[in-house]
Amino acid sequence: MSDRKIDKETGVETTGHSWDGIEELNNPLPRWWLWTLYACVVWGIGYSIAYPAWPMISGATKGLLEYSTRGQVASDIAAHNAQNEGLVAELLAADLTTLAPTSDLHRYANARGSAVFKAQCSQCHGAGAAGAVGYPNLLDNDWLWGGDIENIVYTVNHGIRNDTDFDSRYSEMPAYDDIFENDEIAAVVEYVISLSSTEFDADLAEAGVDLFMDNCAACHGDEGLGNRDLGAPNLADAIWLYGGSRQTVEYTVRNARYGVMPAWGQRLSDEDVRAVSIYVHALGGGE
Amino acid sequence: MTQSTLYAPQEPVFPRKVSGRFRNLKWWIMAITLGIYYITPWIRWDRGANLPDQAVLVDMANRRFYFFWIEIWPHEFYFVAGLLIMAGLGLFLFTSAMGRVWCGYTCPQTVWTDLFILVERWIEGDRNARVRLYNARWDLKKWRLRLFKWGIWLVIAVATGGAWVFYFTDAPTLLTNLLNFSAHPAAYITIAILTATTFLFGGFAREQICIYACPWPRIQAAMMDPDTITVAYREWRGEPRRHSAEVKDGAEQGDCIDCMACVNVCPVGIDIRDGQQMECITCALCIDACDDVMEKIGKPRGLIDYIALSDEPAERAGQPPTLVWKHILRPRTIFYTAIWGAIGVGLMYALFIRTDVELTVSPVRNPTYVLQSDGAVRNIYDVRLRNKTGDDRTFHLSLTSDEILRIDLEGADGLRTVQIPADTTILQRVYVTARANDPAATIAMTDLRLWVEDIDTNERASRNTTFNGRDQ
Repeated sequence: MSDRKIDKETGVETTGHSWDGIEELNNPLPRWWLWTLYACVVWGIGYSIAYPAWPMISGATKGLLEYSTRGQVASDIAAHNAQNEGLVAELLAADLTTLAPTSDLHRYANARGSAVFKAQCSQCHGAGAAGAVGYPNLLDNDWLWGGDIENIVYTVNHGIRNDTDFDSRYSEMPAYDDIFENDEIAAVVEYVISLSSTEFDADLAEAGVDLFMDNCAACHGDEGLGNRDLGAPNLADAIWLYGGSRQTVEYTVRNARYGVMPAWGQRLSDEDVRAVSIYVHALGGGE
Repeated sequence: MTQSTLYAPQEPVFPRKVSGRFRNLKWWIMAITLGIYYITPWIRWDRGANLPDQAVLVDMANRRFYFFWIEIWPHEFYFVAGLLIMAGLGLFLFTSAMGRVWCGYTCPQTVWTDLFILVERWIEGDRNARVRLYNARWDLKKWRLRLFKWGIWLVIAVATGGAWVFYFTDAPTLLTNLLNFSAHPAAYITIAILTATTFLFGGFAREQICIYACPWPRIQAAMMDPDTITVAYREWRGEPRRHSAEVKDGAEQGDCIDCMACVNVCPVGIDIRDGQQMECITCALCIDACDDVMEKIGKPRGLIDYIALSDEPAERAGQPPTLVWKHILRPRTIFYTAIWGAIGVGLMYALFIRTDVELTVSPVRNPTYVLQSDGAVRNIYDVRLRNKTGDDRTFHLSLTSDEILRIDLEGADGLRTVQIPADTTILQRVYVTARANDPAATIAMTDLRLWVEDIDTNERASRNTTFNGRDQ
């Protein structure tokens, strides 16, 4: 071309641009750079054929290798499940009452149960299993329906006061608002308080004894120690599910309380139910 | 038309054979360092049935580092950090005292390059023959020599990469697996990468690694001062150089006869007579070469020598240089030695007070305490117990406190003992309980110390923690 400008100093063609007399050399790209670019282009073509790449109307092209991150995760999970198959079979077959706490199976079940608990149970019972008002603390030694491993498995499987499960644990306390007079309620409340506290009105409590024996002792026992067959709480211990103040106890007597729990046997696999039961049993209160 | 460019192609370097005391020292160091590198993974060390019997083993899979009688667990990584700090300080110390001795004698790049040059000289001949071969056409002879040389280099490179992987798993097993192609791909890939880098760095890149790739020369340059002993040319004795033409003039002559011996033996291709240079790795081969020449022409040795630059004025004035130890012993080097030693002593102390029984305590704070049905207050602790011995052990847990507290172990039925397999760590749930009306249950916080004791050896360890009462 006739209008090619050559730099006198270097003999290299210039771009023709000039700023204050400074001209820009038009050096060719370095060979190694150019070849790297070509190699990247080739790689890119190969990659877009092998892997998902081109966006189409209903999703990207699948690629010859049919790789997907979702499939990768699925195969990872399948691999882990396959790896744990033996332990799961052992867990399903094991007699949980005699399972040694130091055994590998117990450790596996505890770890698995911990994961189940955090996903399914912690919403009500708390991440640390300490419970909340109305939701039992699973760390202490007070159990409404029994704290040995078989009872825990049963509770987890069938839930509490759960209409969808025929075998669900069930009991119902009457609401005494319509049955007792106000002074009767005050007397019963004072008697219940007196079972576990030293600060109470002795005369008022005395007035509540007969009412308690006639109405409450059937479930809660003559000494107020509760009855696990009926899920009736021990009223003589230091633990209150809904709180131990007079107002709270009075509210319970008037209105009754019904804690409910899902029947996890309907949603979780048998091994998960067993695992989470082992986990709960090993939290400190297990019997 | 002039061609102005800042680019200069790499000048190939063909170091000539040299002999002398520094060359001998370097042969010895090469033999020792390579020996350590290749032989170490094969040393056996009996640690009992449950632990590996390799003396030096970095067991990534099981997260253990074995060094003869020492076993490091991941939570003791500070030992490794301490050793790295000591290595760094050691480099600072040697550099401020004697310049780039690391580069010249012990750096793997130098050692392997020396080995590769040895092979090259054995196959292709000394400097002149190699220059001729370099310029020769690619005929059958050149191909034969080159392929033979590359083959030997490749064998060395494979052995280098191969030795590296033996540090990470049982060496005899891995060798068998490598040979019958059943080893893990990671082993083959590692060997392949290290083979490639050894082959390229030792055979072809050589001094360019030191000049362009390695950051250490720049750092070292900042650490040297006029008292640092380094390789230098006594310019005041050597100049003016004795060219044959000038001899006839009868003018005053220096000791340097410009024989180029110092340049020809230099593995980085510089002329030491130009003064200190960034490229110089102070391998001291020019000292050997020059001393040889000085002896032949009947002049004193040491025209090129290990000297400190601060001696130059005295030497120019004809006075003897300061004693070497006076250069080396100065506040800076003493300071480096002191902190190097302090860290070393600290690490040794930490090593000797370490027990084979260990626990860490993490109090469960969700919830802060658990009220029992009888009003007692219970705290839960996740206690991690470590059995660092090679045998299964039984640990007993107990506590000490100013207040009355009771300790129980999850799943241990009141015995307060727990079985821990050899070389493992387990997480044990521990319950500490205060009776309803005891002070610990009613006040906010009580100090306590948890103890773990190996019931066979009575070795024990303890951790302080606190107990939360109802008064939160």
